[in-house]
Amino acid sequence: MQPSLLAPPLRSTLDPRAPEFRENRDAMLEKLEEIDALLDEAELGGGAYHHERLAKRGKLPVRERIALALDPDSPFLEISPLAAYNSSYTIGGGAVLGIGVIAGVECVIFANDPTVLGGALTPHVGKKWMRALEIARDNRLPYVSFVESAGADLRRSGGSKKQTDSSTAGGTKIEHFAETGRFFYEMIELSKLEIPTVCVVFGSSTAGGAYQPGMSDYNVVIKQQSKIFLAGPPLVKMATGEESDDETLGGAKMHAEISGLGEYLAEDEPDALRLCREIVSHLNWRKPGPAPSLRADPPVLDPEELLGIMDADLRRPVEIRDVIGRIVDGSRFEEFKPRYGATLVCGFASIHGYPVGILGNNGVIYPDSAEKAAHFVQLCNQIDVPLVFLQNLTGFIVGRDYEQAGMIKKGSQLINAVTNSEVPHLTVIVGASYGAGTYAMSGRAFNNRFTFIWPSARIAVMGGKQIAGVMSIVRRGQAARKGEPFDEEADAQIRAAVEAAQERGSIALEASGAISDDGILDPRDTRTALGICLSVVRNKPIEGTAGYGVFRL
Amino acid sequence: MSFTTLLVANRGEIACRVIRSAHDMGIRCVAVYVAADADAPFVQQADEAVRLDTTYLDGDAILKTALATGAGAVHPGYGYLSENAAFAADVIAAGLAWVGPSPDAIEQMGDKITAKALAEKAQVPSLPSTEDPAAAAEIGYPLLVKAAAGGGGKGMRIVESTSDLEEALAAARREAKSGFGDDRVFLERYLSRARHIEIQILGDTHGNLVHLGERECSIQRRHQKIIEESPSPRLDDGLREAMGDAALRLAREIGYRSAGTVEFLLDDETGEFFFLEVNTRLQVEHPVSELVTGIDLVREQLRVADDEPLGYEQGDIRFDGAAVEARLYAEDPANEFLPATGTLAAFAPAPSPEVRWDTGVAEGSVIGTDFDPMLAKVIAHAPTRREAAGRLALALARTHLGGVVTNRDFLVATLRTPEFIAGDTTTDFIDRVQPTCALDPTNEQRTLLARVAALWVQGANRRNAHVLGLAPSGWRNARMPAQKLVLEHAGQSVTVLYRSLRDDRFRFEPTDEAEAALARIHACCESRIDAEIDGHRVSARVTRTGDRLIVQGPNGDLTFTEQPRFALPSAAQTAGGFVAQMPGKVLDLRVELGDRVNVGDTVIVLEAMKMEHPIRAGESGIVTDIRVSEGEQVEAGALLLVVEPAEDE
Repeated sequence: MQPSLLAPPLRSTLDPRAPEFRENRDAMLEKLEEIDALLDEAELGGGAYHHERLAKRGKLPVRERIALALDPDSPFLEISPLAAYNSSYTIGGGAVLGIGVIAGVECVIFANDPTVLGGALTPHVGKKWMRALEIARDNRLPYVSFVESAGADLRRSGGSKKQTDSSTAGGTKIEHFAETGRFFYEMIELSKLEIPTVCVVFGSSTAGGAYQPGMSDYNVVIKQQSKIFLAGPPLVKMATGEESDDETLGGAKMHAEISGLGEYLAEDEPDALRLCREIVSHLNWRKPGPAPSLRADPPVLDPEELLGIMDADLRRPVEIRDVIGRIVDGSRFEEFKPRYGATLVCGFASIHGYPVGILGNNGVIYPDSAEKAAHFVQLCNQIDVPLVFLQNLTGFIVGRDYEQAGMIKKGSQLINAVTNSEVPHLTVIVGASYGAGTYAMSGRAFNNRFTFIWPSARIAVMGGKQIAGVMSIVRRGQAARKGEPFDEEADAQIRAAVEAAQERGSIALEASGAISDDGILDPRDTRTALGICLSVVRNKPIEGTAGYGVFRL
Repeated sequence: MSFTTLLVANRGEIACRVIRSAHDMGIRCVAVYVAADADAPFVQQADEAVRLDTTYLDGDAILKTALATGAGAVHPGYGYLSENAAFAADVIAAGLAWVGPSPDAIEQMGDKITAKALAEKAQVPSLPSTEDPAAAAEIGYPLLVKAAAGGGGKGMRIVESTSDLEEALAAARREAKSGFGDDRVFLERYLSRARHIEIQILGDTHGNLVHLGERECSIQRRHQKIIEESPSPRLDDGLREAMGDAALRLAREIGYRSAGTVEFLLDDETGEFFFLEVNTRLQVEHPVSELVTGIDLVREQLRVADDEPLGYEQGDIRFDGAAVEARLYAEDPANEFLPATGTLAAFAPAPSPEVRWDTGVAEGSVIGTDFDPMLAKVIAHAPTRREAAGRLALALARTHLGGVVTNRDFLVATLRTPEFIAGDTTTDFIDRVQPTCALDPTNEQRTLLARVAALWVQGANRRNAHVLGLAPSGWRNARMPAQKLVLEHAGQSVTVLYRSLRDDRFRFEPTDEAEAALARIHACCESRIDAEIDGHRVSARVTRTGDRLIVQGPNGDLTFTEQPRFALPSAAQTAGGFVAQMPGKVLDLRVELGDRVNVGDTVIVLEAMKMEHPIRAGESGIVTDIRVSEGEQVEAGALLLVVEPAEDE
C-alpha cells in the first residue's frame, strides 16, 4: 500500500439534519438544475436544424468527434461549457474546449462547433481559443484542434467595436483588428516549446481559419470535406477574376498531394479521428511526473454533503474545513498554524494521491491570516507542492485598527508570495470572492493554472449591497454639499436597483459565461476536477520558486 | 511393488490420469513427449520427462528411455502403442513390466477376424461378417466396412447399397493403412437401431477374472463416442449377467489379464447382443466404471503388472449409483464436428457441482492439429442416472470455456434432451434427436451479457489507464455522447451505450434492441465481474483473447467479438494489396491471375518521375486480383493487385 499523510481525518461540524443544511441543499440543487438545463442547451449548439443538416452530410456533431477521439471510459474535463451565457451569442460559445486523454496522453482539445454560425470566430470562440492555447502552454499538453470554421464573423468584425456585452463583466472593452491574430503567434510558440500541435480539418478552414492548419505541426485532412484556402471561390473571383472550385482551390486531396499542407488524408471523419489518435500515440509523450505518490482513498466525509454547506445568499459563515474534508484523500488534513490567523485555513492534504497545500478562507483576511498564508505559500514552494485555493472571502479587513496594523503591507506580502509562487495553483471559488482578496487567493489574473467556480459563488469588486450603499453615501454627500434636500425614496429605489444589478452580475453563471473562469463545478465534482488538474499540471515539471521579490515587511 | 518407476508411454489426459494413480501408490513417473507437447500439463506432472525426436509410436526410443531412466514398468495408456503386441513383447523382453495383457492376447484380439473366431469358440455370439467383398450380399445392407486392425472408428464405413461398396472399401483400406499400417478390412452386418454396450473386465496373473459391469457408449458422432455411462438404462439384471458371463468366457478363453473391454452391439428391439471386439487396454471411458464400482482401474493394472492377485471375486463387486461421462472436444458440432484449433483462452471448471475432470490441457493450451482434439472427460456420479446426467450437464454449463470452438453446448443440450433422460440412447441418437449445437440465447440474455461484457471492458480500460486512472469512469462535467461498445455474437451485433453516474452506478441507454437499465458493479477484476443490472445480479467470469470476449453468464459462456471503434480504410484493409505509392504508369505487369509469388519477387514495375519503381512481394502467396493493365496511368494510393498468402506450408 502506498504511504499516506499521517494526519488524522477531519471531523465534520456539519449537521445534515439541520434546517439550514436542507435549505442550502435545496437552493444548491435548484441552481444545479438550472445549470443542467443550460448544459443541455449548450449541447444543442446551433440547434436541431443545423444538427440535421450536419447529419445529412454524413458529418458528426462536435461532441461525437471529441468522444471518438478520446480513450474509451477516460474522463473529459470540459472548460467553460457555459461560455456566452446571457450574451447575444449561442450558449457554449460556438466551440468546445476541454482536456481529455487520447492514446494515453492528456491533451487540450479545442473544437469548432460547425452548427454555430458555421464555426465562425466570434468573441467567445476567440477567448476560448486563447484559453485553450494558454492551458496547453502552461501545463505542456499537446494541442489538438478540430477545425471547421468559416473564419472571422464578418457581420461583427469591422475595424474597432465597442462591446457592452456582459461577457466583459460590466466594463467596456475596446478592440481593434490591429490587435488580433495572437492565436497564431501562440500556436507557433507551442511548437517551439516542444508542445506538438495536431490539427484535424473537418470542413472549411478559410481565411484566418486557414492558418490554423498552417500553424500546426500535423494536419489531417478529410476527402471531399476539408477545404482550406485563404479565399474561397467567390473572393478569388472578386480579387483576381479567376474562376475556381472548392476542390482544386483547397480540397483535401489537393493539400495531401499537391500543396503538402495535409500530412494525413482521411477517408471520412472517423478515419480522421483514428489518424489523430495515431499521431498522438507516436508523440513519445513523457510526463516529468511525479506520479501520484500517496494513498488515494476517497474522503471519509460524504462529498454529497457539499451540497448543503454554502448558503444561497452567502450570509451565513461557512466552516471551510467542512469543504476540505469532503475533497481530500481520506479527509486527512494536517493544519498549519491552526491557532494563528484563524480566518485563513492553511494545511497539507492529498487529492487522488497528489500532495497539495490548501488555503481556504474562513471569512475576512486579517493581517495575521495574510502573514500566515504568505509563510505557507513559501513552504509549498520549498517542497514543490501544488496549491489549492478555496475562495470564500469578502476581502481584506478594513478599519482604523487594521490599517494601523499594516493590513496593506501584510496583504501585499501575501499577494507577493502568491504572485511569485511557481508551483501550480488551482483555485475554486466556493463562496464570495470580493475585491483584492480575489487576487490574494490566486484569482484568474494571478496566473493560476485552473479556476473553477461553484454555483453558489459570487465574484465582484465588492458585494452588491456595499456598492449600492457606498454610492448612496456619495450621493447624500453631494446633495449636502449643494445644500439640496435628499430624496430618500428615490435613493432607496436606486439602491435597490443597483444592488439587484450588481448581484446579477456577480453570480457564478455570469462570470463563467464571460470565460473568466474554467467553468462551474457541481460541488460534488470538486475532488475529481482537482484530481484531473493535478495530473494535468504534472505534464510540466513542478518546481517551486527559489526567490521572491522584495517583501514589504 | 517390485518397480518404483513407471514410464508413461502416452500423452494428454491419459498420461495425467496414469500419473495420478501411480503417484498415489508412491510410484515415480517418467513421461515422454514430443516437441508439440512441450508445454502440456502431463510433462509438468511427471517426475521426469524425456523428449522424443520422433513420435509416440516410436517404441524403440521409448523403451530406451525407460531403461535409461530406471523405469521398472511401462504403461501405454490407450491408442499409440497400447495395443502393439510387438512393443509389449519388447518391453517384457527388456525385463520390464508391461502394464497390460500378454502380447499374445493383444495380438489375438487385435486381429478382429481372429477375435471373432475365438468369440465363437467361447460361445459368444457375433454379427455375421465376411472378409470377402463378393459375399457382401449374404451379410445384407446396410453393412459396415471395418479395418481388421482398427479401433476408434478409423477405417470404418457404413455402406447403404452395393453401388457404394467399392468406394467404401477403398477408403477404409486407405485409412486402415495409414492409421494402423494394415489395410485388411472386413464386412459386418450393420444394426441401425443398436446400442453400444461394453463390459469392463479385469484379470490378474493368477487366473482371477472379474467384470465391473457394463458401460453404454451409444451416443457417437463420426463413429466416436462422446457420452458414456454405467450402468446402461437398457440392461436388466438378467441381460447384464448374460453379457458379463459372455465377456468372462471370452476372457478366460484367451487367458486375459489386466484391464480390458469386451464390446458388444445390442439390438435395441430384441435385446440380442453381438460380440464386436476386445480392447486390450484401458478404455477412454473407464472412469464411469471406476465411479460406480469404486475401483481404481489404473491402480489395479499396476498391481496386476506386479503379479499381485486381485484379492476379490465377482461377488465382491458392488455397483453404486450411476455415472455419466461426456467427452469435451475442440470441435464444431455445427460444422460436422470437424476439429477446431486455437488457444484455449478460458478453461475453468466451476467449483460446483462436483464432478471428475480427467484432462490434459490447461488454460492457455494451444489446441493444434497434431493430436486428437479431446480437451477433457467430465464424469458425474450420483445416486440415480437422472441426477448424474443433470449434474454433468450443469457442471459443463458452468465451466468457463472459450478461445476454441468446443462441443460443450452440444453435450449439455444432449444430456438435457428428453430422449437422453428417458434412456432412449441408440447409436443413431444424434441423427435422430439432433440436439442443438450451440447456445441460442434470447435477445434479452444476449443483451444482458453484452452489457456485462461492456462493464468489464470499462473496468479493464480504467485499470489499464495510463493517466487519470483515479478519475471516475467516463467522467464528464458537461454533455458528451454515451460510451459505446459494439459487440457481435453469432452474427448478431449488439450495441451497448452507457454512461457512468455520480453514485458509481452506470446507466445503459436504450437502443433498438434493448431498453434503458441501471447497473452497479460490485466487483470487477481481470478474470471476472460481479454486477447488478436492473436488479439482475450476474457474477461472470470473463476472458479476453484478442478481440474476443468470453463471458460466462447464467446459462453458459457467450463469446462476443469486439467490433473495432475505427474501420481501417479499404486500401489499407485489403490484405496483401499492393498500392501505388505515387502516381505513375504501369510499365511492366509481371504476374497473371493465379500466379504464385515468393517474397522479393517483382510483381509490377511503375514508371513515375521518369524512374522505374519495381514493386516487390512482401510475402509469398497467390495473385488473386489484378486491378491494372500495362500502360495504365495510376493514382497514388490506387490498389494495383492483391496477393493472398498461401496455406501454411
